[in-house]
Amino acid sequence: MKTDIEKPRLKTLSDYRPQMAQCVKCGLCRAHCPVFAERGRETAVARGKITLAQALLDGDIGPDDKVAKSLSQCLLCGTCARHCPNQVPVDSVVLAARRELAAHRGRSLFGRGLAAVLRRPRLMQMLAFGVPRLASLLFRRVPRQSGLRLRFSTPLLSRQRSLPAFARKSFRRSHAEFIAGAPTRPVVALFTGCMINYIYPKVGEGALRALTAVGFHVVIPKDQGCCGLPALSAGDGDTARELAANNLRAFSRHDLAHIVTLCASCHSGMTRYFRDLGPAYEKLSERVTDIHSLLVDEGLETTLRDLPRPATAPGAALHLPCHLQHDARQAAAPGRLLDALAGIERVPMDKSEACCGLGGTFSLYHYPTSRRLGAIKAEAFRRSGAGRLVTACPGCIMQLQDSLDQAGLPQRACHVLELLGEALEEAHQPARTNSSDPTRAEKREL
Amino acid sequence: MFDCRILRLIQDIVGETHVSTADSDRLCYSYDATQRRHRPDAVVWPADAEQISRLLKMANAEQIPVYPRGAGSGFTGGSLPIRGGLALVTTRLNSILRIDQENLIAEVEPGVVTEHLQQAVEALGLFYPPDPASLKFSTLGGNVAECAGGPRCVKYGVTKDYVLGLEVVLPQGEIIRTGGETMKGVVGYDLTKLLVGSEGTLGVITRIILKLLPLPEAKKTLLVLFDSIDGAAKAVAAIIGAKIIPSTLEFMDATTIDCVRRATDLGLPEAARALLIVEVDGDASTIEAQAGRILQIVAPLGVVDTRVAANAAESEALWQVRRSVSPSLRKINPDKFNEDICVPRSRLPEMIRIIEAISIRLHIPIINFGHAGDGNIHVNIMVDKAEPDQEQKAEQAIKEIFTATLRLGGTMSGEHGVGLTKAPYLPLELEPGAVACMKAIKQALDPNNILNPGKIFLEN
Repeated sequence: MKTDIEKPRLKTLSDYRPQMAQCVKCGLCRAHCPVFAERGRETAVARGKITLAQALLDGDIGPDDKVAKSLSQCLLCGTCARHCPNQVPVDSVVLAARRELAAHRGRSLFGRGLAAVLRRPRLMQMLAFGVPRLASLLFRRVPRQSGLRLRFSTPLLSRQRSLPAFARKSFRRSHAEFIAGAPTRPVVALFTGCMINYIYPKVGEGALRALTAVGFHVVIPKDQGCCGLPALSAGDGDTARELAANNLRAFSRHDLAHIVTLCASCHSGMTRYFRDLGPAYEKLSERVTDIHSLLVDEGLETTLRDLPRPATAPGAALHLPCHLQHDARQAAAPGRLLDALAGIERVPMDKSEACCGLGGTFSLYHYPTSRRLGAIKAEAFRRSGAGRLVTACPGCIMQLQDSLDQAGLPQRACHVLELLGEALEEAHQPARTNSSDPTRAEKREL
Repeated sequence: MFDCRILRLIQDIVGETHVSTADSDRLCYSYDATQRRHRPDAVVWPADAEQISRLLKMANAEQIPVYPRGAGSGFTGGSLPIRGGLALVTTRLNSILRIDQENLIAEVEPGVVTEHLQQAVEALGLFYPPDPASLKFSTLGGNVAECAGGPRCVKYGVTKDYVLGLEVVLPQGEIIRTGGETMKGVVGYDLTKLLVGSEGTLGVITRIILKLLPLPEAKKTLLVLFDSIDGAAKAVAAIIGAKIIPSTLEFMDATTIDCVRRATDLGLPEAARALLIVEVDGDASTIEAQAGRILQIVAPLGVVDTRVAANAAESEALWQVRRSVSPSLRKINPDKFNEDICVPRSRLPEMIRIIEAISIRLHIPIINFGHAGDGNIHVNIMVDKAEPDQEQKAEQAIKEIFTATLRLGGTMSGEHGVGLTKAPYLPLELEPGAVACMKAIKQALDPNNILNPGKIFLEN
């Protein structure tokens, strides 16, 4: 059933002129931008990027390397936009500016910046050792358009960086397209996202258990794809549009109460950016919900509180993903679920809402900065004394695990859904108690 | 643009990576919160006083203007490089050098963000009171150069009341120290006080010795809604008359309340035509008694409603009323002229009524709020510059407001300074003799007019 799908339309940078004009250069973004905190230069902070984007449009500056570098120095965490007194959508402006630059500078957005990096011998060495192995090891089963390719497609992927292993079988291949729930209950679709599908299928398993525990029928459309955020992040509008049209098609086939995301970044990709693509996209995005707030609404907390748990479970510190923080109720949900898990003590951690420093493609182009931000996080975790680091986004898990490893800390980062899944599984099969700790996922040093 | 020779001179001083003539940097250091744009020829990020001294000597020899800059968050254009030259950014000098708990002082470099110092001293049970609205991002160097204020100054005073000593690079490159570490000191002229608030025209501040206080044990927040601005003003006088000095006494007039009411659902009743946010601090027992006493004092003054915060979260909710003002303003008109006049606190209602009359006569919305405790009114003239003659009307309103302010015994700037935007109005407030005295000081210290030229005084 191939239906005609509304063509997605991406806004151009000039569409954002009115919003950019709302930036009064007050400077508040200097207090909130994690990249600025590290770089200390005005070209790295929101009001500087807005200035450069406006100058690009007005022809006051050319699409030169410095402008490209400035616009690449954004985690898309949205912290500045959230605190902006005039609500300037800085992240959307940065994405549009990256597309604008890509149009001028060719499709490989930061090509020249990258070339400059390639000239540095240390990085060249990483290229020589890292990339061929990566390409052969990791990407055999990953589609061309997957965000993972964009995330991992550059030589900056350091050999020192600890990376999770790819799953032997992807999540979508491991499950039927339809999983029945309780008779009178609605159907929800699972948006798996690339990282959960290929790297962290256990998060998906946890989600399935939780969704069926509250009675939902679950459909996992086989032909769904990447949310498009990594392509957007790389300034690749064509790919982002193609992916969006594909997802619209995949999720329009079913009559769905909700489209559930398990990854904070995918949620952002499927709501904040998806809705701007046209009326059909906006309509679909209205049904997209982050799984945690949905589970809270469906009363899973009560179920969780009644579950038996071993009293020895290590205390958990929560890292709140940036992309869940645009809405207070949504931001509170992962913590509420974690708190409801019987037997797991929540340990307070400093700056639990601060960005982990991954920022999709950011960590590839600016790994030293990304690593410093990760180190701050790891230090806060160490001081908390918690036994594990729990979050609600697979991207954050990857970065947090790397940060813990780099800091020489033995603890693991995991998704709150893994803990939910384990708790629900144990309750279901009381004979097989205390199965392997989901936080002890395999990892491979590359 | 600089020629290669000058760029090389600068590179020799600060190193290649700490100076830039790239268009992107020149653009990103061309603005501050005034929304005006002036591109420097180069941006330089020196590491210490020694480098700044060498830069200034070079600038004198080469006749290049130098514009010191902290966070670039000023409201009067104090850091804008209006004649090109060098934007000299102090943010690399960002160390808290020491916090001396015995003598209650802190020594800092100018690039330290105000809030960072406050967090550091509060962790030790100490207190640095000046709290400009920009404290999360503005630098202490900028605060000292502009003599920043804030809500707490009704009880605690402004930045100048906390600066004990400075290290400063004078315009010709000489590094001097003023004041010191002691609470007292009367040897020679008080150069410290001269430099505080000199807006980067007399020297580049490279070290600051600040006075600290013990951190008050607790605070309590009250929101009081009145049926008129007079009620609010009488309340301010009555509270202070009762020998209670709150740590903040913020007011919002009817136009501001309407604005917030339209933009949010904070539940402000229609009958409220003015409000006060009152905060008292001190011992837990004292402030409870003070809060009760304040409620008694204001009760007969046309109070519509009162809310008392029981805890930090409720206090935060009350402050949300104040914080939602700024975002709500732009829903009225896109462009804002933000003035910060200050009148004797007893004249506040009179001043508000004068502004209301100007607003009605010129048909432009003017929103007033600010620090009632010290008569400091943030006057926000909201216009749409795209509309014909709106900017002109705003300028007329500003001139009329300044004239009235001075007539009531006030000043045209309580906190923001003169900089660029208020320079044309300087002669309204200062007599010719005073201006001549100031210019003589500038001339003596900066004969080549290198440092922040074109600020405070209009030049032909």
